[in-house]
Amino acid sequence: MEMWYTEEQTQNVRFSIRCDKQKYSAQSEFQRIEIFSTPEFGDILVLDDRIMMTTKDEFIYHEMITHVPMATNPDIKSVLVIGAGDGGTVKELTRYKSIERIDMVEIDRMVVDACKEFLPSVSNRLSDPRVHVYIDDGLRFVRNVENEYDLIIVDSTDPIGPGEGLFTTEFYGNCYKALKDEGILVNQHESPYYKIYARSMRQAHKKIVEFFPICKVYQAHIPTYPSGHWLFGFASKKYHPLHDLDEGAWNRLGIDTQYYNTRLHKGSFALPTYVTKQLMEGEFHS
Amino acid sequence: MKLNQSRAPIFQALNEYRENRIVSFDVPGHKQGKGNPELLEFLGRQCMSIDVNSMKPLDNLCHPVSVIKEAEELMADAFGAAHAFFMVNGTSSAVQAMVMSVCSRGDKIIMPRNVHRSSINALIVCGAVPVYVDPGVNKRLGIPLGMSVDAVKKAILKNPDAKAIIVNNPTYYGVCSNLREIVRLAHSAGMKVLVDEAHGTHFYFGDYMPLSAMSVGADMAAVSMHKTGGSLTQSSVLLLGKDMNPGYVRQVINLTQTTSASYLLLTSLDISRKNLALNGKAIFEKVTTLASYGKREVNKIGGLYAFSRELINGDDIFDFDPTKLSVHTRDIGLAGIEVYDILRDRFDIQIEFGDIGNILAIISVGDSMLNIERLISALSEIKRLYTKDPAGMLDHEYIEPHVVCSPQAAFYSGKVQLPLDETQGKVCAEFVMCYPPGIPILAPGELITQDALEYIKYAKAKGCNLLGAEDMNTDKLNIMKQ
Repeated sequence: MEMWYTEEQTQNVRFSIRCDKQKYSAQSEFQRIEIFSTPEFGDILVLDDRIMMTTKDEFIYHEMITHVPMATNPDIKSVLVIGAGDGGTVKELTRYKSIERIDMVEIDRMVVDACKEFLPSVSNRLSDPRVHVYIDDGLRFVRNVENEYDLIIVDSTDPIGPGEGLFTTEFYGNCYKALKDEGILVNQHESPYYKIYARSMRQAHKKIVEFFPICKVYQAHIPTYPSGHWLFGFASKKYHPLHDLDEGAWNRLGIDTQYYNTRLHKGSFALPTYVTKQLMEGEFHS
Repeated sequence: MKLNQSRAPIFQALNEYRENRIVSFDVPGHKQGKGNPELLEFLGRQCMSIDVNSMKPLDNLCHPVSVIKEAEELMADAFGAAHAFFMVNGTSSAVQAMVMSVCSRGDKIIMPRNVHRSSINALIVCGAVPVYVDPGVNKRLGIPLGMSVDAVKKAILKNPDAKAIIVNNPTYYGVCSNLREIVRLAHSAGMKVLVDEAHGTHFYFGDYMPLSAMSVGADMAAVSMHKTGGSLTQSSVLLLGKDMNPGYVRQVINLTQTTSASYLLLTSLDISRKNLALNGKAIFEKVTTLASYGKREVNKIGGLYAFSRELINGDDIFDFDPTKLSVHTRDIGLAGIEVYDILRDRFDIQIEFGDIGNILAIISVGDSMLNIERLISALSEIKRLYTKDPAGMLDHEYIEPHVVCSPQAAFYSGKVQLPLDETQGKVCAEFVMCYPPGIPILAPGELITQDALEYIKYAKAKGCNLLGAEDMNTDKLNIMKQ
């Protein structure tokens, strides 16, 4: 029997991966959770019919969402990670000895438990003593925090379902409040290509611009995400991701990466014209 | 409940009708949507295929003898009423049917002034004369409350010839009067008790709710199933107690009711009733939990006051609806309507209403913790980013009315239109209200006071949606010719 996982990336586009077997399947209070093992992409985590990560290409996403802010401000000591139940973002962060505290807030305990059991290569650093896992709504968590973090990373699902609250004006405003005066906010910023994702991208940018003096967007190539072209938001109260980057300092840390390097860091902020245009449209209207 | 509430006769009949694939040579002309492809695409085949006319297997709302009759009996059973009517022109039509069933021209009817406009509209149509009972007013919040038993007693003694008394259960803000005692007083004086339960559907199904009209022996109640019960907008129910004549009430309803009642609305009432009867207890327990959580968290923000059952005083706040999330905003220097606008324009959050000093969010069967969290977080941001000095803000919602003549006499009198500023001391010939909540600032037949004019100007400046007047901008008012 052939088994294929097929994702409807848009109403008119499908993306399929051959599967060997289904390792896990459950319905939580918030979403459907599935893990398949596949010949091409290793183990893949699927939430509500959307691929969240695969063990083959997760390094791209997780390196880009963490090392860009860390190289911009190597003095980051306290980090809040929202979402990221698979543990991949935390795994990259724990490679910095300088970080003293990593709080991770994931709404769905079942995602964390499933990833701990079936995706240990990604989730194995959740046991680092600096990591505190909170099972809570990210929006609720940041509402009660003020002037606490140097970096907030929003590693969310798409803005439909439980991730919706993490794409709202109230969320970005509360993140601003939860950050210290030198704080940086990095978020999963959707994709510019297909219409539905591009709309989320523009709206997220428009809302973030209302709060932060420095708002930039950078990109990466992620094979299993719709269109393969994915964006991250970099919003900051003080540090500029290019002007304040100290390449030598980061390279001296000797962190061994597969995707990220400081030359790519600079290049990733150079966006295609059609993307820049869409983002400026959002800024203009705000 | 005595009947089998898992039945839904209209729903079942429509399913059979659809399966029978009947060829229709009757109205509506879209013929299951085939004649209107764009609408079909938008609403879907499921929906269009049951937009049908009354016919033998589907009964007729004007004269129900089969499936609608049975559905109405199930409805009455679920609400503990002697009889129930399905209403398809909103709770406004149910309120009007109540008034017109017990009053005719010149009859007196006792009511609090903070009734919905539909009650006073009924008086314009049937010519009854209102006797207003001043509701209590909460000084801090500036909102009108319920009626005190004493005030009702005085009104009854002073007007022994009144035919009926109208009670809000609850008010838009969630305040309940001592309904049981008011029913006792009214009945011993030979008056009927009509209850506007537009916001009270859940009182019949949840635990720890205020008393419902039917449970304390009221004569009629207008219940907005669509507001908190889950049915489609515009669908509603009129309930009768045991001493009313259902045949006569049906005649009154049919004076103004459509003869082409929508089966979308009727079946939504049928299915919602089934759901409430079977699952209502659990649903409203969840709703109450969400609302209490919302209140607790809003009160932690500081400056905003989510008010609830701590206000209960045994009199004009005899009880309070625990599912309401009402928040007093004036202490952060913002009018309720300003918070309402900011929530919509900046945060994409639509709430029920904002008035001078308060906002109201409706929590219902369709809400989740994640949604409530968005509202709380947005309010916390509004407090952080928009707080102003509250000095100089208007502090009350309630304007004491001075009734000069009946609403009908004023509405049909010779009228002149004058600029707002020239109307002080004249008698108003039309309504002026903020909508929502739709409680008149001025009603036909009332003296235009300086207080009322100041309120209108303030509400306008703060961005309230003012309506009721012939002049769409409420720059001018119709007054009675002297």
